[in-house]
Amino acid sequence: MVTADNIVEIRDLSFGYEEAREVLSGINLVIPRGKVVAIMGQSGCGKTTLLRMIAGALRPSKGEVLAFGQRVDRMSQDELYALRRRMSMLFQFGALFTDMSTFDNVAFQMREHTGLDEPLIRDLVLMKLHAVGLRGAAQLMPSELSGGMARRVALARAIALDPELMMYDEPFAGLDPISLGVIGQLVRRLNDALGATSIVVTHDVQESLKIVDYIYFVADGRIVAQGTAEEVRASRAPYVHQFVWGEADGPVPFQYPAADYREDLLGVRAS
Amino acid sequence: MMKRSTLDLWVGFFVLAGLGALVFLSFQVANLTATARGDTYEVKARFDNLGGLKVRAPVKSAGVVVGRVSDIRFLNDVFEAEVTMAIEARYKFPRDTAAKILTSGLLGDQYISLSAGGDVANLKNGDTLKITQSAIILENLIGQFLYSKAADGNENKK
Amino acid sequence: MNRVNAVVAAVGARVVGGVWRLGFAARFFLVMVKHSPTAFRRFHLTVREIYFAGVLSLIIILVSGLFVGMVLGLQGYDTLARYGSSEALGVLVALSLVRELGPVVAALLFASRAGSAITAEIGLMKATEQLDAMEMMAVDPVARVVAPRFWGGVLSMPLLAALFSAMGIFGGYLVGVVLIGVDVGQFWSQMQSAVDFREDVVNGVIKSVVFGIAVTWIAVFEGYDAPPTAEGVSGATTRTVVTSALAVLALDFVLTAFMFRGVR
Repeated sequence: MVTADNIVEIRDLSFGYEEAREVLSGINLVIPRGKVVAIMGQSGCGKTTLLRMIAGALRPSKGEVLAFGQRVDRMSQDELYALRRRMSMLFQFGALFTDMSTFDNVAFQMREHTGLDEPLIRDLVLMKLHAVGLRGAAQLMPSELSGGMARRVALARAIALDPELMMYDEPFAGLDPISLGVIGQLVRRLNDALGATSIVVTHDVQESLKIVDYIYFVADGRIVAQGTAEEVRASRAPYVHQFVWGEADGPVPFQYPAADYREDLLGVRAS
Repeated sequence: MMKRSTLDLWVGFFVLAGLGALVFLSFQVANLTATARGDTYEVKARFDNLGGLKVRAPVKSAGVVVGRVSDIRFLNDVFEAEVTMAIEARYKFPRDTAAKILTSGLLGDQYISLSAGGDVANLKNGDTLKITQSAIILENLIGQFLYSKAADGNENKK
Repeated sequence: MNRVNAVVAAVGARVVGGVWRLGFAARFFLVMVKHSPTAFRRFHLTVREIYFAGVLSLIIILVSGLFVGMVLGLQGYDTLARYGSSEALGVLVALSLVRELGPVVAALLFASRAGSAITAEIGLMKATEQLDAMEMMAVDPVARVVAPRFWGGVLSMPLLAALFSAMGIFGGYLVGVVLIGVDVGQFWSQMQSAVDFREDVVNGVIKSVVFGIAVTWIAVFEGYDAPPTAEGVSGATTRTVVTSALAVLALDFVLTAFMFRGVR
């Protein structure tokens, strides 16, 4: 049943870039309106793939993806473009347009999609930049920004048209602790201020536990655990425990699968 | 709305310079003004042998270009070549004008030379010139020369 | 036997891969043409690309044109003087530039100056997810990024080729008339009577338009198709220059065969 309160619903979804190897299998999840939901897992477990499927950039090989109550996996290109005007994605390293200034980056969608006057666009852009604290950097080029500033500009660009659904692809990757805290707070504040819904794909546990409402753990293409921040912290499930506390060995082994160690060392000479 | 000024200015310069180069190539190099096909009328002429005459070769009278060869075809019934010339409308020639195929310089291109006659009526579009002289073929000339030399030699012996 | 199989399989895979790419490139061309109205409706985008492809190539085009013309003047005089027809120097310089060297050399220089830059830029935009970001903002990257670059290149190429030829003729004039002392009247008048507007100038322009389409198409496609890594982009840039050069020379042969066969 499609409920108006779930912005995104994924039902029994499977996906593989090649037929033989499934990246995701049997995923079920819901993203309720107004919440900040994290999808966590190790690098390369298919989290980003999941985001791309919600935006319709990839199509699942099995299962359903609903966004705003519509079947994303059956949409035509035009319908997808219409859908994407209601959502927005922050890419891993910001993906700012390197040939435009900070100002033009934020103004980009307004100029592309709205017929607004240039003075009005200017005011809107400065408001967005002010929200991320970078109104003073409006005329800088992306190459002149630090990593944390670039991420904030990208955030300002992502909220340019006040999206209903925000998707963050590794927003904390490669940031210093101060920038990390700034971005984390911005994700939460902007979500609440805009009345939006947010999906955060990340492997940064400590930072995201501070700001998110609900967490899904993905491992080996499946959802292995889920719960609120408190439930996750208190969880005794071995995988969650290893992930949250960053232990080197556990359900996810330290050793990559290999032949027996003894045989490997001693057997070479024999063969 | 864009920061245009300088960039647009450069592009403007570039386009102007490029078009200027095209104009230079058209008028100074290819001399478009002279070869421009204004109004022309067509005149035909038949020759036994064209030599190396080609389409677009100049048609000159008294050394001035008055037109161009527009078509060359072979008439199978009389085994002659028929040349169509497009002559600029401002130049009028009498009906008994003669056409000759000449060569510019010793090794130059071949062209048609028109020498005006004395008729009072002028040529009209589609007329055919009656008096023509074929191209001089170097090989034939040499052949004739050798033949006459040989004949001279024989006479001397007698 | 196994080794033979492996070789056959490798060759087969390469052939299939090549055909696959060619098909993708053709479809890409159609999509690009379909989205071209954007490049003209928002012409300032294309003007920007004319600046990067055309204006920034000016220096290399003008200087190369001048030197090519000067070399033609020297070499041409040397050869023509043996046959006592040095006043035909203007004809030689002008015809070789307008018909062949202008379009071909300008296209080769354009491929290495502007084509490689286009590939690197689009490839980098892809590698840093800028194209994905654009797609997510419901803006088609082919319309917004690729089509203006394509038309910028296609519009620049004939102008650059004309500038190259004009500059080369000027170089030939410098060496032939100013330096060596060929008669200036003969130089121009022989040129004017031998160079035909329709046969030579227009055909030269047609050539440069075709080369412009080919080179820019290769450049934008290689950029768009580049693997999104540093090695991928650098490899694609090299491929742009190599493929463009081969395409220009092959197309030149075909076009020349069509245009100048049996005329004059």
